[in-house]
Amino acid sequence: MTDFSQSLALIAAEELLTVVGLVLLLCAAWMGDKASRMISIVAVAALVACAFIAAPALCGGLMGPERVAFMGQYTADAFAAFAKLLIYASGIASLIVAPRFFGQVGAMRAEYPILILFAVLGMNMMVSATDFLTLYIGLELNSLAAYVLASFLRNDERSAEAGLKYFVLGALASGIILFGMSLTYGFTGSTNFTAVALAMDGTLATGALFGLIFVLAGLAFKISAVPFHMWTPDVYEGAPTPVTTFFATAPKVAALALTMRVALGAFGTQVDAWQQIVIFVSLASIVVGALGAIGQSNIKRLLAYSSINNVGFLLIGLAAATQEGASAMLVYLAIYVAMSVAGFVVVLMLRDAEGRPVEVIADMAGLSRTRPALAWALAAVMFSLAGIPPLFGFWGKFVVFQAAVNADLIALAAIGIAASVIGAFYYLKVVKIVFFDEPANVVAESGESGVDALAHKVMLLIACLFISPLGYLLTPWLGELADKAAAALYFVG
Amino acid sequence: MIGIEHYVVVSSILFVLGVLGIFLNRKNVIVILMAIELILLSVNLNLVAFSAFLGDLVGQVFAMFVLTVAAGEAAIGLAILVIYFRGRGTIAVDDIHRMRG
Repeated sequence: MTDFSQSLALIAAEELLTVVGLVLLLCAAWMGDKASRMISIVAVAALVACAFIAAPALCGGLMGPERVAFMGQYTADAFAAFAKLLIYASGIASLIVAPRFFGQVGAMRAEYPILILFAVLGMNMMVSATDFLTLYIGLELNSLAAYVLASFLRNDERSAEAGLKYFVLGALASGIILFGMSLTYGFTGSTNFTAVALAMDGTLATGALFGLIFVLAGLAFKISAVPFHMWTPDVYEGAPTPVTTFFATAPKVAALALTMRVALGAFGTQVDAWQQIVIFVSLASIVVGALGAIGQSNIKRLLAYSSINNVGFLLIGLAAATQEGASAMLVYLAIYVAMSVAGFVVVLMLRDAEGRPVEVIADMAGLSRTRPALAWALAAVMFSLAGIPPLFGFWGKFVVFQAAVNADLIALAAIGIAASVIGAFYYLKVVKIVFFDEPANVVAESGESGVDALAHKVMLLIACLFISPLGYLLTPWLGELADKAAAALYFVG
Repeated sequence: MIGIEHYVVVSSILFVLGVLGIFLNRKNVIVILMAIELILLSVNLNLVAFSAFLGDLVGQVFAMFVLTVAAGEAAIGLAILVIYFRGRGTIAVDDIHRMRG
């Protein structure tokens, strides 16, 4: 147990984000939108600094009581650090791609980086929470910033509608989680994860079972798993693309890490109670994600279904309910973030002659002849998302299935592999349109120049190198870090 | 004698009413906001009742946090509703279908 000053030292990253966020908010109020570039740069710097705070905790595999802050409310262990690094990376990516996108419509506002910072702060709290109270505050801090981000293009009807839908369904999900937490509290007598796990050991009271199911159902909303996925395509399509990039990566990581912490920590003594549910949700997500994507004509909707599909694969690791499964999920998450960032950066770089974003898949026909580099990057992303071997996306699926097989969930792994073949269909359809269809000549032939365009290219290059076969060079290193993080998650005592 | 069960039953009824209010309501988004508030209030009732029943203060502290967050949530919900209304000129639930598929 740590005293108050030690607790404050453990949450250094969160304090930094809070202070920087508030100071930048004042700057934004004073200097207006012309300061947005400076504010973005400071925000990126703050996130990089936070990454330097989180990295030692992960590399050292820190865990245990000396990493627990505020009397068991909060933990800064290696597991949280792993998730935080992914969240920071996604936050930085969505900050870098924003100026060019919003600049085109004259809507780059100084609030954007600040909202991202507050959302990241909320997600930090989510992944570090070891108490339902901290969990709820973090979740809401993230969600409230995210609702505003989704409706950021105020004059665009689709963006406003996305914000409204996200708000209503997100608030409902929060309500469901809260109701579950209140029942769990009532029937276990505590809101602390460790105490809840102890109280739930043995036979489970009906009220506590309801609490468990409500909490997991609400979390399924947040990670957009079937049957609570219906908001995802609309929100992804309607939200401005940099915001969609953010939604597809950071909140997914945070909500999944949170789900792991709750399911394996707080409800870790009642695995039998939720394992069947997770298996069902995971298979349903894989199948619905694959089938739903087939008829889509908008690339952002397609990527939304693809993210539902990927969440299904990730949940296979959770269904295993082992330390190996948790480690596999973390590896998959890291690869998934890289694939999503690469996919959305490609979408952001597609512009027609007037500089408007191109989102319709048919308009990308024949891209390989006009913009070969982009076409190859898109193909790499699609093959990687489909999990086709030479690309790194395959490795994520492989470790998850391996964990499932080792946990005797062979049927689940087999069905999952079969269903991933359905998913391959629509990924390959995109590749076919881009490479073999007659050029639609919608996408502008040459890209723009300038710092922002260069930043897009550099990010795309890094993400593509990571998901390319070269990524396999990183597997021992990535696996070791994920193992350390999973060990911290499973630390008892 | 009113026991903890009565509180749980009432709060469950309120919760179900709130969820139904979101899904069955076809008229007005404001009603959805009210239904969300109803859900949060049912949770608060639950928390406070359990807190008194268990003789543990955490539930009441939790209820305070929920109240605060609910205020922020309502503010953001209404703000989004205002920009939506500006663009579309309607807040009828049946009209929210610019995106489908």
